[in-house]
Amino acid sequence: MELRGLGMGQFILRRLGVMILMAICLTAFVFCLTNLYPNLEKLARSQGTPGMEPHQVAIWLSDRGYRAPLHPDVLDALDSDDLGQADKDALLDTRINLRLIRNYGEWLGLLPGFRGAVDGGKTIGRCIDAGVHPDDAPDYCGVLQGNWGYSPVFEAKVGDVMAARLWQSGKLLLWALILMVPAALTLGVLAGLRQGSGPDRSVPALSSLSSATPEYVSGVILIALLTASTMGLTWPWSSAANTAEGAALPHVALPAFCIAFFGLGRFAQMTRASMAEVLATQYIRTARLKGIGFGTIVFKHALRNALIAPVTSIMRYFPWLLSGLVIVETLFDYRGLGWTLVQAARGNDIELLLGCATMAVMVVLIARLISDVGAMIANPRIRLA
Amino acid sequence: MGGVMEHLSWTGALGFLNWPFLALVMATLAAHILRVATSIFVTRVAAPAELNGTVSTGRGITAHVGTAAKWTFRALIALTLIFIVGGAFLNLHAGIIGGVSRRLLPVWIALVVLFAASIRWKGRLGLYGTLFNSNGGMIGLALVMFWAFTGIFVAMGMIATHDPLAPISAMIPVPPGSPVRTPLADGIYPHHLLGADAMARDVFTRMVTGALEVLRIAPLATLVAFTVGITLGLPAGYLGGRVDTVLSFVSNFFLAFPAILLFILLVTPEVAATGIPNYLAMVLFAFPIFLLTALFNTRLRMQPRRRSVVVSVILLIGIWACLSLISQPGTAIRILPSAVDPLDIPGHQLLIFASIVIVIAPAVFGHMRGLAQRIAPRAFVTAARMRGETRWYIMLWEVLPNARGLLIADFFARTGHANILLGALGVLGLGLGPDSPDWGSSIGEGFNLLGEFPHLALPPALALLSFVLGLNLIAEALRQEDRPE
Repeated sequence: MELRGLGMGQFILRRLGVMILMAICLTAFVFCLTNLYPNLEKLARSQGTPGMEPHQVAIWLSDRGYRAPLHPDVLDALDSDDLGQADKDALLDTRINLRLIRNYGEWLGLLPGFRGAVDGGKTIGRCIDAGVHPDDAPDYCGVLQGNWGYSPVFEAKVGDVMAARLWQSGKLLLWALILMVPAALTLGVLAGLRQGSGPDRSVPALSSLSSATPEYVSGVILIALLTASTMGLTWPWSSAANTAEGAALPHVALPAFCIAFFGLGRFAQMTRASMAEVLATQYIRTARLKGIGFGTIVFKHALRNALIAPVTSIMRYFPWLLSGLVIVETLFDYRGLGWTLVQAARGNDIELLLGCATMAVMVVLIARLISDVGAMIANPRIRLA
Repeated sequence: MGGVMEHLSWTGALGFLNWPFLALVMATLAAHILRVATSIFVTRVAAPAELNGTVSTGRGITAHVGTAAKWTFRALIALTLIFIVGGAFLNLHAGIIGGVSRRLLPVWIALVVLFAASIRWKGRLGLYGTLFNSNGGMIGLALVMFWAFTGIFVAMGMIATHDPLAPISAMIPVPPGSPVRTPLADGIYPHHLLGADAMARDVFTRMVTGALEVLRIAPLATLVAFTVGITLGLPAGYLGGRVDTVLSFVSNFFLAFPAILLFILLVTPEVAATGIPNYLAMVLFAFPIFLLTALFNTRLRMQPRRRSVVVSVILLIGIWACLSLISQPGTAIRILPSAVDPLDIPGHQLLIFASIVIVIAPAVFGHMRGLAQRIAPRAFVTAARMRGETRWYIMLWEVLPNARGLLIADFFARTGHANILLGALGVLGLGLGPDSPDWGSSIGEGFNLLGEFPHLALPPALALLSFVLGLNLIAEALRQEDRPE
């Protein structure tokens, strides 16, 4: 890498720049996927009159700024009674059009929100809430202004819906990490310390098993075991998780364990390899030959270097963790961000889906940034290379 | 057999082995846990050298626990084999286990033949033969081939007891071993071996048919993902520079998506309706064609006439197969007339296939890029460059073969991951279809009834677990072989 001579601050700034570029690309991609014509058509049918003809849908969408305005000739043709329904449908253009870029800018808050007049001369627009006079409404109302839009499924503002769910998911994720990280690192370090020992031979087997057990499989097995045995537990436990304030410890424990187990073996394996590699280096051998005790070598000299690789890759593992979160929350009916995401997708709730997806992607990017910067601080060689 | 209408027990005539079996399971578990525990807490004391310079070590507690773990495990395997063989002979007299074992008879025979032949000639089988050097490799191969054979035989009309889609008896989940309650037509199998689900479909049949569904998609999707990853990862790692910057950015772009988020956004009827899957598939299928063409094009560089023939044949067949897969009446791409269009995949399945490729390919890209960067400075690469070989020749015939071992091991691990992704799609209800017997969909359907009827979700869950575990074990065994130091 051409990092020679770069200071710490410059390094972080450069990473930050790449991150923001990536965030823009990612959100634009998500925006395109959630604003495809069939999605918009569904939206029009649920918000406008349900029995609209395809050409009426097209007019509805262009009136409200979801699509580019229709060409006047096309509009005249559609309004006239000379054409049959099939001919009118043939006139419609359902491809992605340039309006999408402007809508993305509006959603982001970089461009002024759409305004237009619908039949009856009433001015409507993206930024004009019901009951607010158009002159009082702000020009910009996007994510940068803190406005995530409105969710018809939850009948609330997207920002409020997500804020409540985010905390639930954060708690679950935190418990999963608390279960996974110390166990994986301890196991890996023990295995890496002595080649051919019991832990050393069992970690690869454990790793094969745990990465073959996705959340939904371990969930099934655990619930079957717990309910079939005489422990007297009944399912669903999750009914309590449905209350607004949500989950007490037992309701978090099982989903968190499922997420943790899927990643456990992978990181134990990684730590084992890293520890073995560090112990084989020259500087450790020198320390040994000087007669320093094994414990001192491990704790003072080896451990820090051996843990850099696994800890940074745990930060890079966040996409997997979030995937697990969505599955577990859906299966266990745990009302966090992942569950909300699935509900939004099922209900064609475009702005909520966009919000949740943006949130997930930002979490991944921030974790990646922390991993890069952390690796650089912990390992001077990257800085000075 | 028509008269046997009572409820089957799990082991029937072999029931006297139940308690020994359970005891042995417990003993094996205990011995293995103890083995790990002792190796952590009991430090080895270096044995003093004797006068003649040799060292003799006493058999400490570690050694004893190790022996116990080994023998309990062997006994467990032996008892399991007794259940399988006895069951296959006794059929339904040995209860559910017997019935299942008998149905799977073709699979057992195929496995025995495969293993006997492979062990006999393992020295001559190259990389495949090395699997038989380790327990893990053999167990992995047995698990994977078990499901592969099951899928193949199901496709040939064996093993399955009923129709995987049709309701058989009353519309209620019935537990394993229940007799089929419809008035018996001739030849219908008399029991639901593993019970029936809420739609009265046979769980055993759906589980074994699921193997076929999984085998149809996961390995092929992984293969396409590998061609994408290799084709882009080689230049990124070997050439570096701007090519690397751009490709790595794209790869990081897709890696930033949690796989499930990408599925939720991409695998929707709305996206399928726009024709995106067909375009996407066209791009993705171009990579295997390109890779294959480039391989032969560079290899046969000294024989121009042969090269033109081979390359044009590959291109013709490749493009025809690709178009035939993606060109569909009624979708965005209708290029081929139906007379020369024998292969058709419904748009939704194409979308699932493409999205699995998109999730796996960036990871393969990263792996290939790293390997290429490591191999590029080696002497034989420089030698090839001095000889005046082209870039693609060096990448495909100098760099790639030296990354082969790790890539093959990785292929098995990623196929396992593809299975997990496919399962996740099913669990979320985005899977192959509402009635599809694939494992993920069955788990998703059975999950809410898990408290009362664990037999709905448990068989597909264990099937998925064992198949992916087998793939992971094979990957691990191959990685060990590839580690010379």
